[in-house]
Amino acid sequence: MANLGPAHYAPYPVATYDGLLTPPEGKAMLLTDMVDEEVAMREVARVMLTSENATIFPGPQVLYAWSEEAKKKATLIKEMSEVLNAKMIPMYDYRPKYPKIDPEVEINPNHPNLTIWHNEIKACIFIGVHCHYANVALKIVRSETDCYTVGMCALSGHEDAMATIRDQHAEDLARFIEIAKEVKQELGK
Amino acid sequence: MSVDIYKINPEFRDIMPKDILDLEDNATWGQEKRTIQDLTDKKELLEEHSLCAGCPEAAALRYVLTALPKPEDTIIVNSTGCTSLMFPHIALHTVHSLFGNQNAVASGIKRALEWRFPDKVKDVMVLAGDGATIDIGLDYTLQSFFRQEKITTICFDNEVYANTGGQESGSTPKGHVFKMAPKGKVFDKVPMWELAVTSGCQYSIKLTASAPKAVARAVREAVYIARELGPTYIHLYTPCILEIGLSASEGLWEMKEQDKDRFVSFKYVSPEAEALLKERKKEGLL
Repeated sequence: MANLGPAHYAPYPVATYDGLLTPPEGKAMLLTDMVDEEVAMREVARVMLTSENATIFPGPQVLYAWSEEAKKKATLIKEMSEVLNAKMIPMYDYRPKYPKIDPEVEINPNHPNLTIWHNEIKACIFIGVHCHYANVALKIVRSETDCYTVGMCALSGHEDAMATIRDQHAEDLARFIEIAKEVKQELGK
Repeated sequence: MSVDIYKINPEFRDIMPKDILDLEDNATWGQEKRTIQDLTDKKELLEEHSLCAGCPEAAALRYVLTALPKPEDTIIVNSTGCTSLMFPHIALHTVHSLFGNQNAVASGIKRALEWRFPDKVKDVMVLAGDGATIDIGLDYTLQSFFRQEKITTICFDNEVYANTGGQESGSTPKGHVFKMAPKGKVFDKVPMWELAVTSGCQYSIKLTASAPKAVARAVREAVYIARELGPTYIHLYTPCILEIGLSASEGLWEMKEQDKDRFVSFKYVSPEAEALLKERKKEGLL
């Protein structure tokens, strides 16, 4: 039986009910606290490096080469996965899939818990997923799994993620990679 | 929308499933000469759907999608009904409007796109059932024809409000009995294809979805005319096999029967549209 998250099968948006809002500009959110971006980056790197089956879920905004920024981010995310020793499972299509997805190779925003349960993922980063689908997926993951979720968002972040870092563009990802390398060295990983 | 949106970043090719990699090489995006022959092996627009097994509407929607000249620059406005259950599965820009409002919404979208992208061709298509087109949305449908909006309207006519339990619609033939219309329809079926002509449509056609090529041809003709001249209308019979008591394999048979009866071919093309179609044919687009 899969482990449920702290919200269990709550029928309401738990993070919002708990008074959590997305972080203001220049800040990031760690669980219930607003912290400096660098503090959040260090913690995210630590969680990813120390959790079982840490995985990055790249979404369509970075999977496809539709802009120069997307191409740059793709290179950086690949590097990020290597630094964090994380697997990558793509969220390439938002459409619901019947009878079910193959959780080995994909994650779908309409039932993201299946991929997390199947692969026993304990920490993950959502990146390049359009905000409305990231919100849906993160709510489900928060309710139905015990996975630590990170929303790396190019816009204003996601209150349903355990950690969210906002305004993440290519140069910010490069900075995160450098911080992750330092954390990795500190942890001796 | 850029066709580049389907090019996979090389860094992720190793984690993408084969069928998505195949789409990059074999999809028909950006090819004006897409044809109905693509139906069997091209699945970028619609792979799976959630309608009943054997539903003629599902088949008809596939024919419509394969016929779109520029799917990457097409927006479909739909309304509540069985088709709206399929739209979440379609890789196109679709807008689900309030029931009956679809032609008004499409008019606004078309005008906004013309303003925003004056140098690009953007096709706007309405796809709704008979209840939305002919009953509740009749006002909006006809008003868009009066205003000569450059949109294509497709009515999937199953002659009944199917997914609410079988109430009669304006499109139900006289005398027909349904579960929620036990006394039988008192009035005649509304001849929407004729109303479309008198309301100013440049092109109006009535047919069933029994012949994929005929449906695809009608869609392409209607889209090309709507781009240049004004409103076009396609009235397509897509029976609800459940409501009329047929099995999954009998939908095609029912449509073939109606080819000779209520849906005997009707086609109106305005003289200007006729000339335009000849040009498109010369260009090899039809």
